[in-house]
Amino acid sequence: MSKKSITLKANGAEHNVIVEPRLLLVHLIREVLNLTGTHIGCDTSNCGACTILLNGKSVKSCTLFAVQANGKEITTIEGLAQGGQLHPLQEGFKECHGLQCGFCTPGMIMRSCELLANNPDPTEEEIRWGISGNLCRCTGYNNIVKAVQYAANKMKGEAVTA
Amino acid sequence: MIAQSFDYESPGTIAEAISLLQKYGDEAKILSGGHSLIPMMKLRFARPGYVIDINNIPGLSYIKEEDGYLKIGALTRESEIEHSGLLKSKYPIFGDVSKLIADPSVRNMGTIGGNLAHGDAANDHPAAMLALRAEIVATGEGDQQRVIPIDEFFQGFFATALKPDEILTEIRIPIPPEGSGGAYHKLERKVGDYATAGVAVQLMLDYGVCTYIGIGLTNVSALPLRASRSEEILLGKTLTDDLINESAQYASEDCSPSTDLRGSEEYKRAMVKELLIRMVHRAMDRAVAE
Repeated sequence: MSKKSITLKANGAEHNVIVEPRLLLVHLIREVLNLTGTHIGCDTSNCGACTILLNGKSVKSCTLFAVQANGKEITTIEGLAQGGQLHPLQEGFKECHGLQCGFCTPGMIMRSCELLANNPDPTEEEIRWGISGNLCRCTGYNNIVKAVQYAANKMKGEAVTA
Repeated sequence: MIAQSFDYESPGTIAEAISLLQKYGDEAKILSGGHSLIPMMKLRFARPGYVIDINNIPGLSYIKEEDGYLKIGALTRESEIEHSGLLKSKYPIFGDVSKLIADPSVRNMGTIGGNLAHGDAANDHPAAMLALRAEIVATGEGDQQRVIPIDEFFQGFFATALKPDEILTEIRIPIPPEGSGGAYHKLERKVGDYATAGVAVQLMLDYGVCTYIGIGLTNVSALPLRASRSEEILLGKTLTDDLINESAQYASEDCSPSTDLRGSEEYKRAMVKELLIRMVHRAMDRAVAE
């Protein structure tokens, strides 16, 4: 089975790698690019722990082959903070206690990134519906919803309170 | 979980993809959104020797009205269907369907063409396509197009009327006349689950008389099922509560659900009946609001 040479941009950095076609995108991210912030949970596209952005759209990287990202741009949790400043979503999760064990958090934040990009002022229902493909077994979701609302307010330039 | 080794091809045209299908025959699988195929490959239920990725073929993603048809390109993502202004304003049944398919991230990958070509009676688009009497456009050698009526498309367990060297390229729906409305709902245990039962209804009212009716059922038989007796009793009539109840009773009798973790056979039949009643009413409301 022939290997493929692929080029992709990860968090702004260009990579050229040679991969087996069956290599999953999440394994490329974690084991080849060493970006271990992206987690593997269920490995069956249910839990959302492996969620990243592919050309700005949230996808579950356990259910894509790495070759499908050829010529594309991916963003992982490591790509959010800029110049030592946490992204508003990261800040929101921290301030609102939007995590306990933290396993779902990178996926939850990446999914929320696209949600806020499409809908900067979501209702609570839209947030809950928007993260419906990301499972959290600790928080009961209430503080995650608050964290996303915190980020939405901060990104609109409004005063924020946890 | 790691799939069995395979060779990956990424053709840039349909003709190239067809010639790869001809070359590799049974060993090849088309990769569209991949959210049915890749899980099956990881579980090794599917072990294709060749994966032909059609995502780099331009011109297969669109939603437009043309020549009396609503035309949807096979590579159109579920999220594009969910957020399409045209579908929201004129074909709300698509919003009902797409928001119940998996979750937002899966919908960013999953395509309507893949949902249909997979040939799974548990998928949601087939029932809606039966209700809308869609036509499936298959492209084969020499860019020859073949139009397959939806009633002939689903042929068995994961089996469709597509030939081994054809690709589903477009879905066509005759544009419903004014006074039409459609609705879909499925019961699911949680987001991302397959339907316990699902019902799609498309109808047209002319001064209260039903002049078009299409009813499709999800995941309550081996194939996506048209509720024929339920349709026949409504067509040409004024839709009274008694008549709608009788129509729903027929669908609950004519489907063949099996008992599983989602519910007993009896429960699923009861849900087909209830969903059908509700979807007829929602479709009627939308037909009037049009």
